[in-house]
Amino acid sequence: MSGASALGIPVIAQDAPEDFFGDRADTCVRDDGFCPDWIADNYERYIDPFWEHVFLTVVPVTIGFAIAFSLALLAHRRRWLIGPVAGVTGALYTIPSVAFFFLLQPITGLGKTTAIIALTCYTLLIIFRNVITGLAAVPAEAKDAGRGMGLTERQMLWKVELPLALPEILAGLRIATTTTVGLAALAFLANGGGLGAELDAQRFFKSNVVVAGGLSILLAAVLDLIILAFQRLVTPWQRAAT
Amino acid sequence: MAVEDLSLKVPAGEICVLVGPSGCGKTTAMRMVNRMIDITEGDILIDGESVTARSPAELRREIGYAIQQIGLFPHLSIADNIGTVPKLLGWDKERISARVDELLELVSLDPADTRDRHPGQLSGGQRQRIGVARALAVDPPLMLMDEPFGAIDPINRERLQNEFLRLQQEIRKTNVFVTHDIDEAIKMGDKIAVLQKGGKMAQFAAPAELLMYPASKFVEDFVGADRALKRLALQRVRDIDLWKAATVRVGEPVSEARAKLADADLDMALLVDDQQRPLGWLSDRALAGERVEDNRRSPADPIVEMDDILRDALSDLLSSDTRYGAVVDGAGRVAGVLSLEVIGGFLHEPSTEARSGADLVES
Repeated sequence: MSGASALGIPVIAQDAPEDFFGDRADTCVRDDGFCPDWIADNYERYIDPFWEHVFLTVVPVTIGFAIAFSLALLAHRRRWLIGPVAGVTGALYTIPSVAFFFLLQPITGLGKTTAIIALTCYTLLIIFRNVITGLAAVPAEAKDAGRGMGLTERQMLWKVELPLALPEILAGLRIATTTTVGLAALAFLANGGGLGAELDAQRFFKSNVVVAGGLSILLAAVLDLIILAFQRLVTPWQRAAT
Repeated sequence: MAVEDLSLKVPAGEICVLVGPSGCGKTTAMRMVNRMIDITEGDILIDGESVTARSPAELRREIGYAIQQIGLFPHLSIADNIGTVPKLLGWDKERISARVDELLELVSLDPADTRDRHPGQLSGGQRQRIGVARALAVDPPLMLMDEPFGAIDPINRERLQNEFLRLQQEIRKTNVFVTHDIDEAIKMGDKIAVLQKGGKMAQFAAPAELLMYPASKFVEDFVGADRALKRLALQRVRDIDLWKAATVRVGEPVSEARAKLADADLDMALLVDDQQRPLGWLSDRALAGERVEDNRRSPADPIVEMDDILRDALSDLLSSDTRYGAVVDGAGRVAGVLSLEVIGGFLHEPSTEARSGADLVES
């Protein structure tokens, strides 16, 4: 009230305090400020974009994991494949997302599919490399003992090598997930929706930026913690040792 | 070629040690048995059946395998580590669990305390024991052991060796045992194959024979300049001819004592109690009167036991003032006298019976 007076704008006397309240909120919104009241009134509009964002993260990471993991298993047996696969996935990783979307546009059009294909490609390098590194770090003596006891190659892979590579593999999954949450904020460029679309719609409105951006950060943190908790659960020996 | 023209036969139930300098192909030769390395020429028969007739995985499950680096699976509990092969062979849970407990006890570990731990929580010596237990899991008639006690300190190694020899007395496995340590080879082996570069057999013999009659300069050098001393590690006090002792009691007529002295190999009377247990060496004055008096020139020290290894007995003699010591049997009764001369005499003449390492179990 005093602020308004100082600006020399006469305060029009109104009977209900809520009108005055709305007036101040309007000012805040007009100034593109950070307005808790506006956020409280408008949070519902972020729910759908948020779930879209979850979708834009989980689907690419899942598909990317399936592809990169299979490639890594293949390359684990045929070592010569490691170089080429790392090269190709590395090249994909360097393509700017905007360029990626436009490159895909003639083939898949604009929309979620395009966004998901691009986001999937970005996860490949990280996951592939971590699976390969994890498998390579399995103690040679454990493998020798396993072979000497009569484990077949397949049993060795699933019962010895992969469990021991799990911390490294899950570390890769965590990086890929966090990265994808961030990159998915650009999916709107391909008409993919998500929190990025909200962010872009009113990009100078602080309240909007804080909520959309904050939800994205929160999502990244929560997904990261979920994978970390899973890792703790499935690698009890890591806590047991020393 | 790592191993060329190597031919040997390991009798069932015996420990055959492959020993030689590094790079002689001993590990390669051992790994050929379970096809970790495939043979390009020749054949390996187990119980008359060629190893190449079996699928490698199937063959390996029937052969115990223990290596220096142990190679326990860090992500599995001790019980699951030991149960690896039984599980591969499709044993049911209770049978595996019971076998795990049995094996843990066999290698002197407490099942309740150990089975749910992870390898990272155990000491080096405990891990080596688990490695051996795991190799024994399905009671394989044949064991391959590549320096299985190599990665631990000397004191624990000695204990594990002794424990394994005691175990071997019970389980009587056919064992191909690889080591670079000639002392370990002599201690563990029923038969020792000394390998030269290229896996060439330099000599294949029982430990005592190897020490007494090295077949070549190479074997002689490899066995070491102290091979005579090493032979002492193969024998126990009971295995050699001891001196006869003159054992007398207080109050015994001196004439009797003197008669015993004349008959004994050592010109020194040993005072004993009623149970023939040694009390001390008598001085001349003890025999000066009519009856033997308790007048000792020195305590009965060292006292050597019949079951002592000759090397240890020699060490006792060398570290005492006297050059002889009373030998007692299991009940503590005097059985004779061991002296440096007795041991010297033994070393000069080839022993009549070449005793094997497996009989050298510390108990």
